[in-house]
Amino acid sequence: MNEAIRELLAKVGGLPVAVEQISDEEDLYNAGLSSFASVQLMLGIEDRFDIEFSDQFLNRKSFASIKAIERTVEAILKNNEDA
Amino acid sequence: MDAQISFLDRLFSAGLLLDTGVDGLYGRSGRFEDVIAAFERLIDRTGGGDGAEAIRFPPGMNRAIFEKSGYMKSFPQLAGTIHSFCGCELDHVNLIQCMDAGKDWTKEQEATDIVLTPAACYPLYPVIAQRGDLPADGGLFDLQSYCFRHEPSKDPARQQMFRMREYVRMGKADDVMEFRQLWIERGTDIMQRVGLPVHIDVANDPFFGRAGRMLVNNQRDQNLKFELLIPITSTENPTACMSFNYHQDHFGTKWGIQFADGTTVHTACVGFGLERIALALFHHHGLDIEAWPEQVRQELWG
Repeated sequence: MNEAIRELLAKVGGLPVAVEQISDEEDLYNAGLSSFASVQLMLGIEDRFDIEFSDQFLNRKSFASIKAIERTVEAILKNNEDA
Repeated sequence: MDAQISFLDRLFSAGLLLDTGVDGLYGRSGRFEDVIAAFERLIDRTGGGDGAEAIRFPPGMNRAIFEKSGYMKSFPQLAGTIHSFCGCELDHVNLIQCMDAGKDWTKEQEATDIVLTPAACYPLYPVIAQRGDLPADGGLFDLQSYCFRHEPSKDPARQQMFRMREYVRMGKADDVMEFRQLWIERGTDIMQRVGLPVHIDVANDPFFGRAGRMLVNNQRDQNLKFELLIPITSTENPTACMSFNYHQDHFGTKWGIQFADGTTVHTACVGFGLERIALALFHHHGLDIEAWPEQVRQELWG
């Protein structure tokens, strides 16, 4: 999952630095992720993992770092399993 | 909804607004304009000493600039474009035949280089960027324009063509935040002086679609937008008559507005919805301006 997220981040994140240089915990907004890029990232993740972000996950915190994105995707997948 | 229609009908009956047959598109009477002019003078008296550079753009803007602004990413549902007939004589004959037959004649219209201005400050940023580096103390601009938003409604406080007066501050993050806070206080004071009940609340722009939900949540989480709300046709859903927006470095980055040391400027704006403020005054003080409380008349007309 980490690799897929990094791949999407490289494609739509529009970051001024290479994704390889960003650690899992690093703040993506500080690294240059814009609001619009985070929306594109959200849409890309939905498509890649075949999930849908519910309203509770549509916020900055969900995309604050690669680790945060992983946690969000895992939470959504778990919600889907439980449902 | 009933309260909105009722207030609109009363405004028509009193001759303050004139019905054009399109919801949200109204003529204004001289008395209505007197109120707007008086309120703008009150704004001038409040902010006039700050040394803002006054600039007035027409209510249409350069389409290429509009496209680059990203407006269509966020608010495609609100935008208005200007199209014109660009055909030859034969096309003209077809056009007239089409119109005579009551068919849709608009399909052959072509987009011009102009779109309707969605917010008074949109044309400003590229103009300032063209001037080169911003001085260290930044810039302050005074704008007013008719704006267009495609949202037909029977609520007289939600018009499709309306005037927005704005001050825009460009500078360092702290400076523009201070400007925004100053105008939240000034705006509250002005409204209280003209007898209007207000409260300030965190707000969001009407971003389009599911992706827009995320932008809404981001905007609210970061307290980027506040509105000054006044009840007009509803006490449960009061109307935003002013907004106070911190854009961070969004417009600075978009248009390359920088200081001499190469850092990107931050921007903030305060907007007055002039028609909404006039409507709030008519709602709270009555449709007869002569009968408004003396203190309110004194503030507005001296």
